[in-house]
Amino acid sequence: MSDNSYDDVRLTPARRFVLAMMALLVGGLAAAVLSIEEEVIELRDLALGNLEASGVGNPVTAVLLNYRSYDTFLEVAVLLLALIGIWAVAKKARIPIKSPNTPVLITFERLFMPLMIVSGGYLLWLGADRTGGAFQAGAVLGALGVLWVAASLWTPNDRLRRLTRPALVVGMAAFLLVGGGMMLLGGDFFEYPREDAKTWILLIETAATISIGITLVMLFIGGIPPNADQNKGESGDHD
Amino acid sequence: MIDLDTGTFYMLVGTVLFGIGFYGLIAYPHLLRKILAMNIMGIGVFMIFIAAAYGSGEGDPDPVPHALVITGIVVAVCATGLALSLAVQVQALTGSPKLDADKE
Repeated sequence: MSDNSYDDVRLTPARRFVLAMMALLVGGLAAAVLSIEEEVIELRDLALGNLEASGVGNPVTAVLLNYRSYDTFLEVAVLLLALIGIWAVAKKARIPIKSPNTPVLITFERLFMPLMIVSGGYLLWLGADRTGGAFQAGAVLGALGVLWVAASLWTPNDRLRRLTRPALVVGMAAFLLVGGGMMLLGGDFFEYPREDAKTWILLIETAATISIGITLVMLFIGGIPPNADQNKGESGDHD
Repeated sequence: MIDLDTGTFYMLVGTVLFGIGFYGLIAYPHLLRKILAMNIMGIGVFMIFIAAAYGSGEGDPDPVPHALVITGIVVAVCATGLALSLAVQVQALTGSPKLDADKE
């Protein structure tokens, strides 16, 4: 059996055993799920009851950016950590930044870029009161970036490349500045001023959206994007 | 007799997804398959959380599990990206997309 072959999916005795164990596990989990009492968690009423004070109308956004903003802050940090991990194991970008141009993709990209930016911004704004928010908006912008890389519109000598690293950290920076700034002013970490909590939440979310979008594109590329001068010598992939 | 409402149904589907993913993770050596299996396990957990937020379907859903799930999705995407990168590195260094211990 060669190493590169796909898995042999035949049901060997060992797999039968694993399958039986899994059936038992699922049975146990199902029993546990069925035994959950209704309304054991009272967080729902707390979260919904204090919506007025949170500055936003969408309870999920209130949890993410107000009640538990520390979690969301660390979540943005996890994105960055994953990217640092990828950059540590794969120094060179795996998806070549320069790929064959295709007119269909480029035209599609040019038509959809403004639409995707507008819908990303709309999702971000909408997150305050309805379904939406920084992660959804960041995902739309990330998809735009992936299309952009695929269509070779993002050339390494672009001014955009120099903005990549600042854009990656702007989300965490905004979180730290707002959260830490409140501490310096005598409040708690992430205690927003009551009257304009929404402004601060939107500010942090905007910065986070930019970071999330760029990080997703960088995850897709799978390595450090090459410099303009690095790129000249090595157009082929000699990994 | 079990009173099977919508929330409970989706919770049970979540446990089955978790089991399918766990089986894939253990039973097959290819790293890409393991990464996909891990994602299916995660989706099962998300489904249970969302179903828990739905509860009996009366009143507004609980926003706290929703926030946990969106955090979980982001972390899952990060972990998948990092895992794929490591898997590609394993393939590049050893010439095989499987770990030594798993080779047949």
